[in-house]
Amino acid sequence: MKEALYQLGEYMLLMRKTLSIPDRWSMFFRQLIKEIYKLGVDSLWIVVIISIFIGTVIAVQISLNIQSPLIPKFTIGYTTREIILLEFSSSIMCLILAGKVGSNIASEIGTMRVTEQIDAMEIMGVNSANFLILPKTVGLMLFIPVLVIFSMFTGILGGVLASYIMGGGMTPSAFEFGIQYYFNAFYVEYSIIKSVVYAYIISTTSAYFGYNVKGGALEVGKASTSAVVMSSVMILLADVILTHLLLT
Amino acid sequence: MVEVKHIVKTFEGHTVLNDISAVFEEGKTNLIIGRSGSGKTVLIKNIIGLMRPDSGRILYDDRDFISMDKPELNRLRREMGMLFQGSALFDSMTVLENVMFPLNMFSHESSKEREKRAMFCLDRVNLPGAEHLFPSEISGGMMKRAAIARTIALNPQYLFCDEPNSGLDPKTALMIDDLIHGITTEYKMTTVINTHDMNSVLNIGDNIVFIQDGRKEWQGTKSNIMDSGNKALNDFLYASDLFRKVKEAETTMEEG
Ligand SMILES: Nc1ncnc2c1ncn2[C@@H]1O[C@H](COP(=O)(O)OP(=O)(O)OP(=O)(O)O)[C@@H](O)[C@H]1O
Ligand SMILES: [Mg+2]
Repeated sequence: MKEALYQLGEYMLLMRKTLSIPDRWSMFFRQLIKEIYKLGVDSLWIVVIISIFIGTVIAVQISLNIQSPLIPKFTIGYTTREIILLEFSSSIMCLILAGKVGSNIASEIGTMRVTEQIDAMEIMGVNSANFLILPKTVGLMLFIPVLVIFSMFTGILGGVLASYIMGGGMTPSAFEFGIQYYFNAFYVEYSIIKSVVYAYIISTTSAYFGYNVKGGALEVGKASTSAVVMSSVMILLADVILTHLLLT
Repeated sequence: MVEVKHIVKTFEGHTVLNDISAVFEEGKTNLIIGRSGSGKTVLIKNIIGLMRPDSGRILYDDRDFISMDKPELNRLRREMGMLFQGSALFDSMTVLENVMFPLNMFSHESSKEREKRAMFCLDRVNLPGAEHLFPSEISGGMMKRAAIARTIALNPQYLFCDEPNSGLDPKTALMIDDLIHGITTEYKMTTVINTHDMNSVLNIGDNIVFIQDGRKEWQGTKSNIMDSGNKALNDFLYASDLFRKVKEAETTMEEG
């Protein structure tokens, strides 16, 4: 408990150092573009692949589970859409991204810590937390919503594909009717709001673990594992809180 | 000139620096020597502010380092350069970008001017043609040179080096020593170097501080280090084969 409070305090101090006006805006924007490419654009393919497959599987599983003649067939499309828009494309996708992006951030910053690159910046009078962490945080908060939108489209596309392949009870026209049925645009907004919060959690939590590494390469590895675990837990916690605040 | 006065630093009850006072002079290469684990790195980290001493004062040309406010500290930081033991080059940037980094952060010159300055520094450390390589693509000696170029980019008044020639072959080590000594006299810098390399001691020891068990045992220059009469220092020196041979040669010459 004491340890947890101490860590929280350290995290707050790091945030105070990170969330300040950059020394040089030109350097900030240069870093920002780099980070958006490295952390965001490079994650696009994995987001698209996972979303198509999961979308397909969700549609197939739902169709197998509601074989009752009492339930109209468009329910399959409707339910698939709701799952993808509400939970999969934001929360589950960000859990996956926490693994990819979080470990990347923690190991990069951790390596800079143990090889004294961060000390070198501090000696020059550069605010290392601000220079290293802020572009990652802003970059992710800008780009993860884009990834989420991609995931929504491709996930639903996966469902449509399933309706073509599966045949049987599920027809493409029923599915397409289902995905347009009772569409609530706020669900998309809700997912995007969630993803922006997740982006902040992933980038700052992972950066915190990397920034405070002491020791060598072994500790960097441990830090990157802790970063992923902690980010995931925080995402789930935030999911509960945000859902409560926004939907009920 | 950098002065340290009565520096004490303890880690969880273990006293690493015990009342160290010393003066590091301008335009000279000031050496801190001592056994491995004697506290050299801790001392230099205290002087540059990566650690905070438990007590004592640090003066940069009479400016009190520890009680400085933030803007003043940031101004002083731009007058300081530090060469880390592992070079600490930014590995996501090329050599040229590394040298340009402090300029990009703080210099108000145009980007053409900055690049010119960076190329000048790379030329000064004799590292032409490597500007577009990444740190992982160059040798240890070249990394040291690149790191020196980065530290001198903003024309520092104070230069600190932690074991600048560890892990280098003797000839490269000698070249790095000469390079540091050269820029020190050329730009009238106050340079402080941690080392346990006896070649460096004899080569560039303008002012030498010997620490043992967290205390300053002896201070002098390369010309009087051989006959200091200090037992701990002699034990340290003559553990090195080179020194023993130099001493033997001297005695035979005196006898002969
Ligand atoms: N951050 C720290 N926390 C606790 N103890 C430390 C810390 N840094 C250094 N020490 C201790 O301080 C002592 C001196 O270490 P230091 O690194 O200054 O030695 P050194 O003279 O630089 O040795 P070397 O020549 O091997 O580099 C060691 O006993 C070390 O264990
Ligand atoms: Mg050391």
